[in-house]
Amino acid sequence: MAGKKASKKVIKAKICLNKSIAPDYFVMRIESGWLARNSSPGQFVTVKIQENVKDPLLRIPLGVHAIRGKGIDLLYKVVGPGTRCLSSRNKGEKIDVLGPLGNGFDLAPLARGQDPRVVVVAGGHGIAPLYALAEAITTKRKKVDFFNGVYTRKNIVCSKELKKLGARVRIATEDGTQGHKGYVTDLLEKKLKAGAYDPKNTVIYACGPRPMLAALAKIAERFGVPAQVSLDAYMACGIGACLGCSVMTTDGYRLVCKDGPVFDAREIVW
Amino acid sequence: MDLQVTIGKIRFKNPIWVASGTFGYGEEFLDFVDLDNIGAIVTKTLTPEAREGNPPPRLVETPSGLLNSIGLENEGVDHFKAEHYPFLKKLKTRIIVSIGGLRKEEFERCAEKLSAEDPPDAIEINLSCPNVTHAGTRHAYISQDPRATERIVSACRRKAGCAVIAKLTPDVTDIAVIAGAAEAGGADAVSLINTCPGIAVDAEEMKPVLGNIVGGLSGPAIKPIALKAVRDVYGKVKIPVIGIGGVMTGIDVAEFMLCGACAVQVGTANLADPVAYDRILGEFETYLRQKKIEKASSLVGRLKT
Repeated sequence: MAGKKASKKVIKAKICLNKSIAPDYFVMRIESGWLARNSSPGQFVTVKIQENVKDPLLRIPLGVHAIRGKGIDLLYKVVGPGTRCLSSRNKGEKIDVLGPLGNGFDLAPLARGQDPRVVVVAGGHGIAPLYALAEAITTKRKKVDFFNGVYTRKNIVCSKELKKLGARVRIATEDGTQGHKGYVTDLLEKKLKAGAYDPKNTVIYACGPRPMLAALAKIAERFGVPAQVSLDAYMACGIGACLGCSVMTTDGYRLVCKDGPVFDAREIVW
Repeated sequence: MDLQVTIGKIRFKNPIWVASGTFGYGEEFLDFVDLDNIGAIVTKTLTPEAREGNPPPRLVETPSGLLNSIGLENEGVDHFKAEHYPFLKKLKTRIIVSIGGLRKEEFERCAEKLSAEDPPDAIEINLSCPNVTHAGTRHAYISQDPRATERIVSACRRKAGCAVIAKLTPDVTDIAVIAGAAEAGGADAVSLINTCPGIAVDAEEMKPVLGNIVGGLSGPAIKPIALKAVRDVYGKVKIPVIGIGGVMTGIDVAEFMLCGACAVQVGTANLADPVAYDRILGEFETYLRQKKIEKASSLVGRLKT
């Protein structure tokens, strides 16, 4: 045990920024050279919302949104008392972060075949880890087709930043206030039906609500396109000890925190 | 400062252990805790055959607590012996293996397999398992039923080549009666409390949150219940009592010992913070120093009433 390099740590990181980027959407930038050096797209951290309180009791899992030189960014949506409290943390305060956790997206398929097309599909605040992914991929000089699905146009985030990476951004809004009216998975299906992507030379990466990922998995299966999905789950320890975050796969229960959060879409029993 | 605790023939370096189901099999916490510092590690509950566990969601946070229904997912006692036990045995900390089952024969099988060669320091019998054999009595859990408790403890006592600790549910009218039954069955100690039954509701979807509907509540919310249970049992049995339920700080450890616990188990705190153990141990030592207490064991049962 002595001398073994830790793969994950508990770090008290300084908050550089914690600001709203859209109604209920926040980005928190934290300073940690260690997390910047050791995180990969698709991994996540768990954050202690406040010190010395019994409520909230547990940490919140948040996907690594961006990996910067001096630290990482976390993008989160205020959905309850925990995230609301998180949104009130101030620049300059220290925040207790555990990570990096989980397996991250597998980029190996991008090195196979004939320069495969990369399709990234985001649903709601599932966009959080997909920015880091898009950045890693575009840094390797590969193009990204980014499909962003939200309920209504004021929930759209990251478009500017993604376009700056050179990604092609397509929007779907359920209420039709921008882009395609309807689900992002319908938009993707439309493009696949129209032959926009060669199934044998395309890889899909997705993150979003469970029903969206289930629909995406069905579409990917039907068109024969390999797809990786990033799941989330109610989580306690985040380190594979409590067995709380299980998801049913074709190989029995697996842990979202340790075996995931990224899984092959075909593995999941939706 | 002397932190040692002795139970039967076993000497523990300190009275702060980690609870079953919250520390995996130890390896998961290697990056966060020096495992050799821990008083004892209680493993996840093992059953004779592998168990898949309950459908998700398996846990949800509730006010100052955690509701869980993992469902005793484990790979079975044989797999544990081959894959996890060797690592645990190499540690300088005491190892307590938790066992569970539905029938006396299943508990016996676990106790036998673990005692075959190189038994652990103790086995902890998880008596919050469903009471299938005595289902007619309408006691849902074994440790709601004094007869079933004495029977299972006694069977384990006969088969175990190590100390036997009986872990009790709080969901009873008088936990001291159950503790008495465990003592009569030959338990070397009792540990209490296991989780408190509870439910969480999603009013938006109009459904229970947990896949199994009912779960067990743990964490700070149950500490008052656990402290009372420890005090009730301490007054009634001669065997040592180990306190479990909402220990988050070194002060909590002292509270349990004052009520009669010779040791405590830290559970949910590990899930909230993987580095919790070292902090709690440090806080307990600070308390002893501030109170000028030389021997931690002198705290036991010292609650002034």
